[in-house]
Formats: sequence, C-alpha cells, structure tokens
Amino acid sequence: MEVQVMQDILGKNDRIAAENQALFADKKIFVLNLMGSPGSGKTTLLERTMAALKDELHMAVIEGDLFTTKDADRIAKYAVPVMQINTSGGCHLDAPMVQEVLSQLVLDRLDLLIVENVGNLVCPAEFNIGEDAKGVVLSITEGDDKPMKYPLVFKESSIVLLNKVDILPYTNFDMAAAREDIHTLHPDVKLVEVSCVQDTGLKDWYDWLRAKVRAKKG
Amino acid sequence: MHEMAVAEGILDIALDYAAKNQAEKIGKIGLRLGEMAGVETESLEFCFESLVKGTIAEGAELALHRMPLVGRCRKCGHETHIEHYNFICPACGKGALDIISGRELQVEYLEVD
Ligand SMILES: Nc1nc2c(ncn2[C@@H]2O[C@H](COP(=O)(O)OP(=O)(O)O)[C@@H](O)[C@H]2O)c(=O)[nH]1
Ligand SMILES: [Mg+2]
Ligand SMILES: [Zn+2]
Repeated sequence: MEVQVMQDILGKNDRIAAENQALFADKKIFVLNLMGSPGSGKTTLLERTMAALKDELHMAVIEGDLFTTKDADRIAKYAVPVMQINTSGGCHLDAPMVQEVLSQLVLDRLDLLIVENVGNLVCPAEFNIGEDAKGVVLSITEGDDKPMKYPLVFKESSIVLLNKVDILPYTNFDMAAAREDIHTLHPDVKLVEVSCVQDTGLKDWYDWLRAKVRAKKG
Repeated sequence: MHEMAVAEGILDIALDYAAKNQAEKIGKIGLRLGEMAGVETESLEFCFESLVKGTIAEGAELALHRMPLVGRCRKCGHETHIEHYNFICPACGKGALDIISGRELQVEYLEVD
C-alpha cells in the first residue's frame, strides 16, 4: 500500500525555530546566527563587537561548541550575558537547543543576540534556529575557493565577513576572485573585509548590526 | 554530518505515518531531494541503515526524487536551471535569481504492508 506523506524532514526543527522567532519578535531582539569554519575568527569578532558596542546596545551571546566553554569564557570577560550550548559532538546547533537556553537568558532589555554556531561550513546552514539573519566568517587562510565549495552557507547568509585581511600579503588568496564568486552565488549579500586583530573594516559590520537592530525595534 | 539528523527526521515521519495506517512493515520511503538540499546521499543512506535496525523500517529502500535547482529573476521574471551556482540572471544579466525549486528535503510517500 502506498501512503502519501509530503512532510518536511526538518519540519520539527522548523516548528521550534518558529517559536523562537515569535519570542524574538515579541521582545524585538535582532538575532544573528554566526557561522564559519573552526578558527575563522568568530569568537574574536564577537570579542571586538562586545567591546565596541557594549555601551550602545544590550547584547547577549550564545556559544555553540562541541565540548568546551572556552569561547563562552572569552566573551564573559566583556560583562555580556553568555550562554553555553555543548553539542557533545553534534556538528550544528538546532532550534530546540537554542530554545532550551533561552529560558535562562533575560530577554526583556536585549537589543541584539548573536549565536556563534559550531565551527563547520556545512551543517549549520541547514538548521534554522529562529534567527533574523545568518552570517558567515571566512578567513583568508581557508582559501578563495571555499565559497563555491560550500555554496549553501554563503547563499543562506545575509552578511559575509572576510577576516584576517592583515595576512593577505603572505597568502595566495585572490580577493577579487573570492568577491566575484560570493557575488555570483548571492548577488545582494553584504560583504565586508575585516581584520579582527588589527581592528580594520569593522565599522561597516557595526553599522550593519546597528541598522538591523534599529529595523527590528521598528 | 547532519545526515544523521536528517535520517532521524525521515524515520520519525515514516514511523508516524506507518502507525497511522496500521502498517507492520515499511518497504520503501520516497524522498524529494533538491539539488541544493545540502545532503550527501551516500552518508544519508549509511546513517539511515544503521538507524532503522530493529524497527519496522529495517531494510526499507530510500527512493530519491531529485528536484533541479531552478531560479526566477527578480528583475525580468526569466526562469532557468541554475548552473554552477550562478545566481545572476543569464537573460538580463542584472537581476538576482530567487530559488523556486531545489532546496526540497521532504518525505513524499511510503510503501507499507
Ligand atoms: N591574523 C589574524 N588572526 C586572527 C584574526 N582574527 C582571529 N584571528 C586568530 O585566529 C584564531 C582563531 O580565532 P577564533 O576567534 O578562536 O576563531 P573561531 O574558531 O572561529 O571562533 C585565533 O588565534 C585568533 O587570534 C585576524 O583578523 N587576523
Ligand atoms: Mg569560536
Ligand atoms: Zn533577468
């Protein structure tokens, strides 16, 4: 006997993501799901961001990590609320994991919540967590071929941060080719070149966050 | 390796629909899989096989119905198969192509006894 089904395989995750999204809408919090390879500089970017915007915005961070609290400890130094999710080997965060820690965060006064996903260019892009936007950090040392090798994460992201431009002179990374590939994949994506250690290019990123937070406040 | 999570999603849905139809055995599961669904099918089959052991879906075949990646131009409305992940409209050369098919990840049907 044949039984008609027509159900989204990730439908259960999507339903919880919608619940998270409704909560963020109610509290008017802009939520960014930040993705990228291990070592691309996600946590360093967040450290910079917390230092630069903490007098201006009420921020919180959720740190996704396989086993450790190392990244959360780095963020906590900035006196910003930070929640840790350990996936115990899981390669991505999903909506139920985020929902579980949300109950322990004081959301009432928040403007901006950034979720650092598990370091991985593949899996996190498949799982909505209820975010307003996704972002990806790609570092120069990963190579300029990565956008076309991992198209989904670049397609899903509203902003791409090309990090570690300070070491461009020491690599064969072709910036023009990388920009061209990212533009082809996602013509209206926001693309910023930054160095988190030399503190360059970050103003564009802060302005993007400010505009998103303002839009969410309505 | 999110294919394990995908395999779990498939099994959940299949067991649910099998129970609703008083089925005792699931022989085949029809999947709709977009070209840009981001699922590695070999790894999905491997995960699924190990997951279904001891359930009524043990030995079930995954039948894949692949959906091409198709976009529609925001500027001129042209519809086209997207080649090499190039999302710039080949007709007008300006507009961005919005995906209208190719991201599907669904269970279409089951064959049960
Ligand atoms: N040269 C250089 N190194 C950076 C930059 N940003 C981060 N790093 C370094 O890259 C390494 C990984 O950074 P981290 O923020 O932990 O990456 P994550 O795994 O994506 O969170 C650390 O040693 C950082 O100091 C940058 O702009 N330039
Ligand atoms: Mg990190
Ligand atoms: Zn066009």
